[in-house]
Amino acid sequence: MKIQVLGSGCPTCKKFHEVVKKAVEELNLGIEVEYIPEVQKLIELGLMSSPVLVMNDKPVIVGFVGEVEKVKEKIKENI
Amino acid sequence: MDVFYPIQKFSDWLVFEVLTVSKDSHLGEAFSFFVYDSLKIIFLLVLINYFMAVVRYFLPVEKMRDFLVSRKWYGLDYLLASAFGTITPFCTCSSIPLFIGFLEAGIPLGVTFSFLITSPLVNQVAIVLFAGLFGWKITILYVISAILLGVVGGFILNKLKLEKYVADYVWQIRSQKNVIEKTKEKISVLLKSFWFEGWAMTKKIIPYVLIGIGVGALIHGYVPSGLFENYITSENLFAVPIATLVAVPMYANAVGVIPIMQALVEKGIPLGTAMAFMMAVVGLSLPEALILKRVMKIKLLLYFFGITTINIMIIGYLFNLFIR
Repeated sequence: MKIQVLGSGCPTCKKFHEVVKKAVEELNLGIEVEYIPEVQKLIELGLMSSPVLVMNDKPVIVGFVGEVEKVKEKIKENI
Repeated sequence: MDVFYPIQKFSDWLVFEVLTVSKDSHLGEAFSFFVYDSLKIIFLLVLINYFMAVVRYFLPVEKMRDFLVSRKWYGLDYLLASAFGTITPFCTCSSIPLFIGFLEAGIPLGVTFSFLITSPLVNQVAIVLFAGLFGWKITILYVISAILLGVVGGFILNKLKLEKYVADYVWQIRSQKNVIEKTKEKISVLLKSFWFEGWAMTKKIIPYVLIGIGVGALIHGYVPSGLFENYITSENLFAVPIATLVAVPMYANAVGVIPIMQALVEKGIPLGTAMAFMMAVVGLSLPEALILKRVMKIKLLLYFFGITTINIMIIGYLFNLFIR
């Protein structure tokens, strides 16, 4: 299982990374959330909005979501 | 009847009766202006941010891009890209992914610029502020000018054939087609999530709006009317270019600038001059240039800024000529 946060390096992306980290922690998955502030990666996935939560190379959440519960739900759905 | 009449009543009551500030004092004027305008604008923001959350759900920027490349548009794509620019939220940090993403999808450089020019100038928050402070007529004129600015600017930039001045690596990026399926959600869940998203947006910008209105209120209450008239009249031909050139390097969000601009217009600065200033502050800036330098060679950047600056000045003159 690979969980990544892609972003353009903007403050919102960093904040989103924190939210995802917290969600993964609360789910006890024991997975490191990788933060990749590279626009190229976003484009390669066919996306233009950031930040993006990527699980196993598949975009799961596009755009900022602030609620940990919602992020947890999405992670569970895609595990 | 004015739909905001109850808000006016409430703020009058709060400022003059409850806080017993005198109606004729500078403080009273500034204070009632502040209370009335902030309440009115926050009310409008809550509404429009909800609405925009709905729009964004059904029309994300990826979908707009796909729509633009779906067929040949014969020039209509400049208008479409500009119009799309008005409904996307824009922060300078999203300009790079948008720029590369549009080009990668095969959208012409000029059309990409149309989007890039209009996007920071018009967004839902700017529209609310404009409408709340200047009224609908000026708002519509402003939106039309911003779209024209994007269309004409993009068209000229396309004619100049500047593709070779885009950073080389941009052309090498290839994307896989990725369709993000939306999980089917119940309407009630969706409506709630729109509300949350809209409210989160409103909450984020309220401080900036309040600061902007606060400064506007101070100008409204304390600066004597006619102060600027001796210096900046619409007859002074240099006012527009100077206001524009001063503003180009500066950066501020539309949210903070519009209330200040409105207060200045009320004190006698010609609308076109103020508008040119505002468009240059919001649309072009040094920070944005630095970010865009990552994807553009210097020549392209200069063309982009140069042409947009000239067009903004033209809009300023037109407003000064025709809108009184």
